[in-house]
Amino acid sequence: MNNFFTKNRELTEKLGFSLLTLMTLMTVIPIIATVIYIIAQGAPAISWEFITGFPRDGMREGGILPAIIGTFYLTLGTAIFSVPLGIAAAIYLSEYAPENKATRLIRLAIINLAGIPSVVYGLFGLGLFVLFLKFGTSMLAASLTLSIMTLPVIISTTEEALRAVPQSFRTVSISLGGTRWQTIRRTVLPQALPGIITGVILGLERAAGETAPILFTGAAFFLPRLPHSPFDATMALPYHLFVISTQVPEMPIQIQYGTALVLLVFVLGMNIIATLIRSRARAKRQW
Amino acid sequence: MNKIVIENLTLEYSDGTESLTNVSLDIVSNATTVLFGPAGGGKSSLLRCLNRLNDLADVESVSGKILLDGENILDPKMDVIALRRKVGMVFARPVVLPFTIRGNLTYGLELAGEKRKSRHDEAVERSLKLAALWDEVHDRLDEPAIALSGGQQQRLCLARSLALEPEVILLDEPTSGLDPISTSKVEDALDELKKQYTVILVPHSVQQAARTSDFAAFFLQGKLIEYAPDTEIFTTPKDQRTEDYVMGRFG
Repeated sequence: MNNFFTKNRELTEKLGFSLLTLMTLMTVIPIIATVIYIIAQGAPAISWEFITGFPRDGMREGGILPAIIGTFYLTLGTAIFSVPLGIAAAIYLSEYAPENKATRLIRLAIINLAGIPSVVYGLFGLGLFVLFLKFGTSMLAASLTLSIMTLPVIISTTEEALRAVPQSFRTVSISLGGTRWQTIRRTVLPQALPGIITGVILGLERAAGETAPILFTGAAFFLPRLPHSPFDATMALPYHLFVISTQVPEMPIQIQYGTALVLLVFVLGMNIIATLIRSRARAKRQW
Repeated sequence: MNKIVIENLTLEYSDGTESLTNVSLDIVSNATTVLFGPAGGGKSSLLRCLNRLNDLADVESVSGKILLDGENILDPKMDVIALRRKVGMVFARPVVLPFTIRGNLTYGLELAGEKRKSRHDEAVERSLKLAALWDEVHDRLDEPAIALSGGQQQRLCLARSLALEPEVILLDEPTSGLDPISTSKVEDALDELKKQYTVILVPHSVQQAARTSDFAAFFLQGKLIEYAPDTEIFTTPKDQRTEDYVMGRFG
């Protein structure tokens, strides 16, 4: 009898363990499958011309350089606006803001901002930057729209990174005659920096891959030249992918997958850099 | 000579925990004064008033005066940064900053705007010698401070305060996490220090209070019960409550 129950328990244990393994695999397999599929389908399209050339023949031939450069510019523009603002806001919230209703309200707003669908940001950007501020359909308007979308991510990850720095470091620094800002500048920020960089990259990576916010604010269907000023519209990888997948008849499929592959490498590359920074900092951390 | 004169100090936190009621106390320079008593008696709070570190806490109200060399440090116009350079502090848990040993020692000087390397080197050597740590670490000043043992870390924290050449040193149970050998090293260092500085110590036991003190103040529930030269308070206490605590009848 006893033996039966022991056996049964072992069986349950094995069953449960297998089930969990299976479920983990089920989450990983689609990701790996997607990546492999895109590489397999897109790799034949990749060539020097594809990366450095302009689209030809109604985008059915040639390269995607304007889209690559465009996405680079948009990401850079987003970084210029959202990184300083986001980090400053996070420093304020974590280090200076008193714990009261107003602060809680701000935090709640930031969390909720992160949950707004990106197309809504796009519409908002159209109204505010393109029409009201008269920036037109431009990289400036698109970058600003992406910045607003990215800010909540940067603020909350930066705040988290700042809060992870032990409170005792701040107390010690103050007790040694440091001002609050000296304490942040010399002790808190350097310790939080890897976490901040990781958060920034993850936020920008999302901006780089988005289509909806730039759809109405700065993305161009096709441009024969590279954008010259922030007030020019630009092609961008995610929007280009959308266009060539849905709007162009008789589009060669490898160009679509080639574009997807380039976007994937761009975004995944940023992700890998973020992961490397994080793991290196963790190994070096002294607390 | 009185270094610090505390007059009718009353302090309350917003959450109603540990407070101080009408404490008056004269602290003598070039001596060790211990503040002892059971937990929650207000010792740490008093210590943190002396360098205005309580400014960081949720203080509801403070009244009374704390005169350091005749100047009321509770005055809102007080330069707290200058005060904290003059009144150094060592905490219960050794908190080394995530820098090198040298980096920890020069941190306060850098905050004060002292950039000269010669002054840094001088401060590093002097403060490490005072804290009885020089012999152990002089050949590895550029290693991370976290690599030191707990006892060494605590002496480094002491040295870090001393690097600023303070006049008063506050120590809040500085040996509570240390082994007996490390503890005696810290205590020996304190014994040397009082020749130059005013030392105020919250000990982690009555025994340590008796070992280290020149003057001792017994605190109970935010009130100063008895204050006397050390020989008196530990041998012939006047108050029954002091006697009970010193004899280990409660605590």
